[in-house]
Amino acid sequence: MPRLKPFLPLLALLAFGACKSAKQPTTVKIGVFEPMTGANAAGGAMEVEGIKLANQLYPTVKVGEKEYKIELVVVDNKSDKVEAANAAQRLVDQDKVNVVLGSWGSSLSMAAGPIVKDKKIPAIALSATNPLVTRGNDYYFRVCFIDPFQGTVMANYAVKQLHAKKAVIVREVSNDYSVGLAKYFADTFKKLTGDQGAILGELNYNTNDQDFTAQLTTLKSMKPDVIFAPGNYTESALIIKQASELGITAPFLGGDTWEAPEFLDVGKKATEGATFSTFFATEVPITDTSKTFLDAYRKQYAKEPAAATALGFDGYLVARAAIERAGSLDGAKIRDALASTKDFPGAAGLITFDENRDATKSAVIKTVKGGKFTYLTTVQP
Amino acid sequence: MTLPLLLQHLANALALGSLYALIAIGYTMVYGILRLINFAHGDVFMLGAYVAFYCVALFLLPWWASFVIAIVVTALMGVLLERVAYRPLRDSPKISVMISAIGASFLIENVAVVLFGGRPKGVAVPDILNVKLTLGAVSVMSVSLVIPICTFALLAVLLWVVGKTRTGMAMRAVSTDLDAARLQAIDVNRIISFTFGSGSLLASFGGILWSYKYPQLNPLMGVMPGLKCFIAAVIGGIGNIQGAVLGGFLLGAIELLTIAFLPTLTGYRDAFAFVLLIVVLLVKPSGLLGSRQVEKV
Repeated sequence: MPRLKPFLPLLALLAFGACKSAKQPTTVKIGVFEPMTGANAAGGAMEVEGIKLANQLYPTVKVGEKEYKIELVVVDNKSDKVEAANAAQRLVDQDKVNVVLGSWGSSLSMAAGPIVKDKKIPAIALSATNPLVTRGNDYYFRVCFIDPFQGTVMANYAVKQLHAKKAVIVREVSNDYSVGLAKYFADTFKKLTGDQGAILGELNYNTNDQDFTAQLTTLKSMKPDVIFAPGNYTESALIIKQASELGITAPFLGGDTWEAPEFLDVGKKATEGATFSTFFATEVPITDTSKTFLDAYRKQYAKEPAAATALGFDGYLVARAAIERAGSLDGAKIRDALASTKDFPGAAGLITFDENRDATKSAVIKTVKGGKFTYLTTVQP
Repeated sequence: MTLPLLLQHLANALALGSLYALIAIGYTMVYGILRLINFAHGDVFMLGAYVAFYCVALFLLPWWASFVIAIVVTALMGVLLERVAYRPLRDSPKISVMISAIGASFLIENVAVVLFGGRPKGVAVPDILNVKLTLGAVSVMSVSLVIPICTFALLAVLLWVVGKTRTGMAMRAVSTDLDAARLQAIDVNRIISFTFGSGSLLASFGGILWSYKYPQLNPLMGVMPGLKCFIAAVIGGIGNIQGAVLGGFLLGAIELLTIAFLPTLTGYRDAFAFVLLIVVLLVKPSGLLGSRQVEKV
């Protein structure tokens, strides 16, 4: 025992720590796992806006008999896959959150996948559309549609509305979202045109690239009818701008990630006519929750919300409802409750998780007109 | 590959290369005088672009006034950076100063994230620089013509300052032997401040032109250009001003032409620059135009 003496204070501390962790928590923690800086910062900010708004409207949750306060723990995954893994680890280990929401960007969500699965903490992706985010991971859910559907929607639009026969794909080669969506688009486009050579080429770029003139010069010489360029709004806006500078006139099509004010701000006039699929249009509210959400958002921010914001709102509500139904803060129980979510009225439509924990939802197509995102049409799954 | 296509690729390469060259000059000048690799150069570049942006966005100044204010303000920031981060370490080993430079770089980046926010900002490009010029099948923006002109003009000014003026003579003296220069009654601190001021001025000049060509600002925008221009400076022979310009053009051309001719390698774009660096360091460690230096121990 005397030999242990120097360690006594340490032991006391350990014992104290053990006591503390055994104490009943008084709050439910929801981890918000989003890029607040880097290439995806605007996307992260949009989802966080929605989550915070939902938290203001519904700040508590009833677990069993007791009313708990919901605390949001926001971590920045810095738009970086490695940082994302660290941030997710921090949420589950250090902050001990009960549910994780996020992240904007499929690659970032996928970095967190093994971590939440390992710790049995359910996570809900809000607008990450790559199928691999939830595949084989019982703890990852998502409240949006997936890319096979989104790619089909855009290929249909290109062939049926724009009567395009030849397309070129421009993709962000290090981004799972972009590569996946490009593939689904290409498959459907070839099938619809009945032409195996309908995709004239696939041009690649990297995250954070700023100069695309070499790729676009090659693209111009291919003379496509339409260009499919899914990717972050940051690079996409520069691509579209540089394309118009090089005299490329074929229309640009993209995915949900384009819907950020920065896309218009950077690309300015060049983005006019750019068309993309997304989750929700304020012009067509779907449920009563849509109205609640729109009223609250407009009142607080005095502008129109982005689709990702609506999904952030929905993710929070779905998580809250699942915790309530589970009647427990145990990760596995919350997971099971989440999996049984059926026809939950979210702001961006009814949410039912299928066997892959993905929500099946309609897509809306928007285009840039007069410097604004404008609703074109809704496509049912 | 047809001729017009090749010409367009060369025009693109020239535009990118001249931008690299412009930023590399600042790197190489600070190194040439102080034997210090200023890792915060890329961040000063970013600050210049942001100051110009805010002058236009907040104070509604015309772009040329913002341009002048931004490069002056950024030059002063460069002087301040030297004063707080490098001067106290003047007599420490080189490695301490280098680590301080890396620290300064991270500090500036993170302060910028707090001050400016992580979301990218769109820059309003002045109309005069946003004109599309078409010559046959080749089209370039006017800003892409202005950048090489600025690069060569600044190169000429810098060569004149370093080679022909009294201050330049003092700079060369400080570069050769700091203590001996001090014994000759040269105000070493003033010369070093001047060097940093002009290095930062060049960085912000490059940063603002960069933001006119790629009109998107974010707090980490200086990291990659900073690294690449450092490589350009090393390729040309660090410390040699003409070498930096050569290295910049070379790097721009290799990057864009490799993508043009070998599109499948596009994913390795940034790797080209680093591979080139390794090759140059192996084959000719002093760089293309650099002179061999004996390390003083």
